[in-house]
Amino acid sequence: MGSETARGHAGVEVRMEQLSRRYGPVVALNELTLTMAPGELVALLGPSGCGKTTALRLVAGLEEANSGRVVFGGKDVTGLPASKRDVGMVFQAYSLFPHMTALQNVAFGLTLRRKTADERRRRAGEMLELVGLSGFADRYASQLSGGQQQRVALARALAIEPTVLLLDEPLSALDAKVRSRLRDEIRRVQLDVGITTLFVTHDQEEALAIADRVGVMQSGHLEQLGPPTEIYARPATPFVAEFVGLTNRLPGEVKFGMVEVRGTQLPLVQPNVPTGPAIALVRPEAVSLSTDGAMSNGPLVGTVIAVAFLGATSRVTVDLGDLTVIAQMPTSTAASTPAGTRVRLDLRNDPVLIAREEKASGDA
Amino acid sequence: MNRSRRLKLRIFRIVVLLLMGAFFLLPIGAMLEFSTRGNSVISPRTLDAWVLIAQTPGLVKGIVTSLQLAVITSLGMLVLLLPTMVWVRLRLPQISRIVEFICLLPLTVPAIALVVGLKPLYIWININVTPSVLALSFAYLILVLPYSYRSLDAGLAAIDLKTLSEAARSLGAGWITVMWRIVIPNMPSAILNAGLLSVALVLGEYTVASLLNFQNLQVEVAYVGLTNAPTSTAVAVGALVLAFVLLMVLTLVGGRLQQQNYIPGQRA
Amino acid sequence: MPFFAYVGLFLLLPTAIVVVGSLTAPGGGFSLTNFAGINKPYMVKAFSLSLSVSAVSAVAGAFFGAVLAYAVVTGNPRGLLRRSIMSASGVLAQFGGVALAFAFIATISPVGFVTVFLKDHGIDIYTNGVWLYDAPGITLIYVYFQIPLMVLVFLPALDGIRPQWREATESLGGNTWHYWRYVAGPLLAPAFLGCTLLLFANAFSAYATIAALLTNGGVYVPLQIQALLTSETEQSQPGLAQALAVAMILIVVIVMTLYTLLQRRTTRWLR
Repeated sequence: MGSETARGHAGVEVRMEQLSRRYGPVVALNELTLTMAPGELVALLGPSGCGKTTALRLVAGLEEANSGRVVFGGKDVTGLPASKRDVGMVFQAYSLFPHMTALQNVAFGLTLRRKTADERRRRAGEMLELVGLSGFADRYASQLSGGQQQRVALARALAIEPTVLLLDEPLSALDAKVRSRLRDEIRRVQLDVGITTLFVTHDQEEALAIADRVGVMQSGHLEQLGPPTEIYARPATPFVAEFVGLTNRLPGEVKFGMVEVRGTQLPLVQPNVPTGPAIALVRPEAVSLSTDGAMSNGPLVGTVIAVAFLGATSRVTVDLGDLTVIAQMPTSTAASTPAGTRVRLDLRNDPVLIAREEKASGDA
Repeated sequence: MNRSRRLKLRIFRIVVLLLMGAFFLLPIGAMLEFSTRGNSVISPRTLDAWVLIAQTPGLVKGIVTSLQLAVITSLGMLVLLLPTMVWVRLRLPQISRIVEFICLLPLTVPAIALVVGLKPLYIWININVTPSVLALSFAYLILVLPYSYRSLDAGLAAIDLKTLSEAARSLGAGWITVMWRIVIPNMPSAILNAGLLSVALVLGEYTVASLLNFQNLQVEVAYVGLTNAPTSTAVAVGALVLAFVLLMVLTLVGGRLQQQNYIPGQRA
Repeated sequence: MPFFAYVGLFLLLPTAIVVVGSLTAPGGGFSLTNFAGINKPYMVKAFSLSLSVSAVSAVAGAFFGAVLAYAVVTGNPRGLLRRSIMSASGVLAQFGGVALAFAFIATISPVGFVTVFLKDHGIDIYTNGVWLYDAPGITLIYVYFQIPLMVLVFLPALDGIRPQWREATESLGGNTWHYWRYVAGPLLAPAFLGCTLLLFANAFSAYATIAALLTNGGVYVPLQIQALLTSETEQSQPGLAQALAVAMILIVVIVMTLYTLLQRRTTRWLR
């Protein structure tokens, strides 16, 4: 529907340079540096308290950084308050003004910019159509579902043709079904408009599904930044490996630059891990089951105790006596090893990460 | 929020709170001052007026009477209102609006107007039921309805009454047990709140009591004030401070109780 | 249900007595003559005085109460300040005119603390006569309990204002003025108006303060009722007290209905 220029300028580069924010003794954000290419959607992913929302709010101008710069397309906006930064923001909840209709909400930014009534109506109508809510212009927030409210919020943010689009966990307050549908909507709109977007979430599935690049954060700094496939398949740190997707923690021993896990030698991702006992992080997809060959009590022989059907794939839980291992495979393959089957585990020869400390694995 | 706005807000708050604080504390302080004046302008402060409280039989009687009334009214209110509200919530949700309307009705009838209608009624009660001043609690119960209702309603809304009562009943509990062991323990702050509001209202009530020719605390205070202002003032400020302390205690205790009753999974 | 029986007896019955009484002529039978008693000059004066004092104290109390509520709500929700102000407001709003009357006697009566203090410094606040017992004084005393009442009833509305609305306004390019003009103002207007009405009804119904203060009676509607109920002249105008009571009830009912309508909108937006 129209070219990019009809809907706003093409994306702008957004740079965060050494952004830091402290609250008293607590360091919420520790020298974050991140460059977003024009039109790119970057997702900041991490558990609560990791600093992702702080980073977003610093970019928005809703909070002031203790140090560092925020640059939009070459222009330093660090000193500017939110109202002068030309950003579009979607909040997690209570986004809409309850006393205004959807149309009035969307047109609000235009009202502030003193556009004529005709212009406001036209543009707001365009935006509502963009998010698929043309017929809902006269509804109030209380008459809209959660998903619809967020779509109106998105339309409102985009109506003013902002430089950057910022989304603060926009889907977290919604039902699961609505969530997956709406996240694809958001991505579609974002690509259509071509706006540089920062998307904050604690849901790794969300981040991996829609982002061009994902930045995994913990305790105020960026652990890894890269395309979703890379984050998933080649986690750079144990935190990333455990936060994104499932991981098996297998005790083993590091020697001669490899880690030996229950009889199998596996290469290492990080070459300079100290020798000695360690916990290897193995993805479920890297574990396969075989029912032939030596079934005697080897270190990798155990019994299937559960099979979780997830649709195209299935997750098989195997009890090795002193340890439980999860394997993930196509459902057809899993069918041959129902609960109770005696199996032997094969670990694929992928490089593995070593967990840093003996802590409980954090789940996404 | 950026720094300059935070600063402006802080200045605003300090100014407002100081000015308001002065405005409100001044009369209270004046009451204390007035009640501790000596016989002439230059004589030292004295607690004579306060001591006189215990020696003025009317005042003592008034205090006792009002305390009794407060207790009776609060308990009566709880016994009458809480089961009704629970019952309506669980069994007759259709009439909940009617009940709500009735409970808020006393707000629309000024006490002074109501008393005109209560007079003949109380003449009858005086003769046929009891001439005791405690009959006032009948009327007081009506007066406290709106505040107690609102408090209890909020408390009932916060607990999942339906589920809890059904669980208890399925385990064999009778209605009394449900009320006593399930409902009441799970809304302590609401009940406390309703009770304390009732107490405050009863202790401060003057209109109905005086026009029905009963002697409660406030009536006595006004009467004594005609002849012995300092002592009356002492009682007044004492009661005010007491009520304030009670409410403060309620907020502290209520907060603590609320935490104890946190039901996992029922996060806001 | 015992509840309804009780309420019927002690609320509806007296109200009915009042209403019926007001409509009953001296000799029996339906009549509106009792209401004619309201038309006398001193009664009209009583009504206009009651209404004006209520209105002024309501508006003043609403304004200052809203400001104070705002100062409270912007602080720590669980802090000591908020809790003590809420408790104090609860006490002062509810507690009772008698104590308040004494408080102001102690403060600014001719022998009051402030009066004496100012006199020692050369300022006589009563140069034009003692106004404590006139409308200005009564209004001032009423404001003293109107402000806490406003804090109690208006604060929940302020609580309902979400920080996201402020931030959304900012991110869309609005400043503080825009925020109040387009967002917070319109959102709070119904609540503010409604609470002002509540304050008005509260002042209009108040009795204890003026009864304790104006021991010789005064030209206010509640005191007129008192006079009728306590004097022997009742015999000659039996229905007048009822008529006055009905008039009061009507006024309050109208105000409270408006209040409820406004409240509905407020809770829809600001829950």
